[in-house]
Amino acid sequence: MIGYSIDEKELTVMIKGDIDHHSSVDIRTQTDELIFKYIPNKLILDFSQVTFCDSSGIAIVLGRYKLMKQYGGTVSLAKVNPQISRIFDLSGVWNIIGRKEVKSK
Amino acid sequence: MSLINKMQITFPSRSVNEGFARVSTASFISQLDPTLEEISDIKTIVSEAVTNSIVHGYADREGEIIISVYIYDNRRVRITVKDRGVGIPDIKKAMEACFTTGSEDRAGMGFTIMQTFSDKLKVRSVQNRGTIVTMEKILCPRP
Ligand SMILES: Nc1ncnc2c1ncn2[C@@H]1O[C@H](COP(=O)(O)OP(=O)(O)O)[C@@H](O)[C@H]1O
Ligand SMILES: [Mg+2]
Repeated sequence: MIGYSIDEKELTVMIKGDIDHHSSVDIRTQTDELIFKYIPNKLILDFSQVTFCDSSGIAIVLGRYKLMKQYGGTVSLAKVNPQISRIFDLSGVWNIIGRKEVKSK
Repeated sequence: MSLINKMQITFPSRSVNEGFARVSTASFISQLDPTLEEISDIKTIVSEAVTNSIVHGYADREGEIIISVYIYDNRRVRITVKDRGVGIPDIKKAMEACFTTGSEDRAGMGFTIMQTFSDKLKVRSVQNRGTIVTMEKILCPRP
């Protein structure tokens, strides 16, 4: 499940609940619909409401990065907790994607 | 190494069961009073192994997945995830970071995560017979 807000050309998508293979189809298609609708300059994926994340989350982030790049836009992640951050650390995601702020434990 | 407790669950390879698989494993292990980080690690490695059985092992049919969890003394936990799917032709290759035979929604990071978040990972696989992933984690001592 996701929620979103749009401010100028900045789209914030709040992902809610568990991110796994099962939920990733909906998260991906719903997020992409918003990208196609608003063509934002900047996509922020807000992780504050994410309760679990496995490697499906890496694929979601990298996939949105590729899509946003086609429009000349950027992606950043916000409020990623330390445990989920470890998943992204392994994947080298931070080399290409900005980090807004890291929620402390 | 003596066995203290064990459990086994069997369920069909439907993606809706991924959450059930990791939560029930974590719930069984909760008798050891693990830290939040240990629980999260265990949920993550189970999620990766089960997802692989669903997505890769049983790519074009439904089949059974069996999770066994063993608790040994000294807070050692062993988890096996077994499928009777297509198997892995080249395990070494499959375990390389970013290697995937899957579609765009796979990152090829499953085995890397299982390796990093467990203390020991072993993969046994026979083509057209299936795959068994064995993971061990030694939980921190509790007062
Ligand atoms: N249970 C399994 N049955 C068959 N093939 C598997 C299984 N688990 C993993 N594999 C193979 O190993 C590869 C790497 O797995 P993994 O590291 O989890 O990455 P991903 O699942 O993102 O592809 C998979 O793409 C697949 O080819
Ligand atoms: Mg995988």
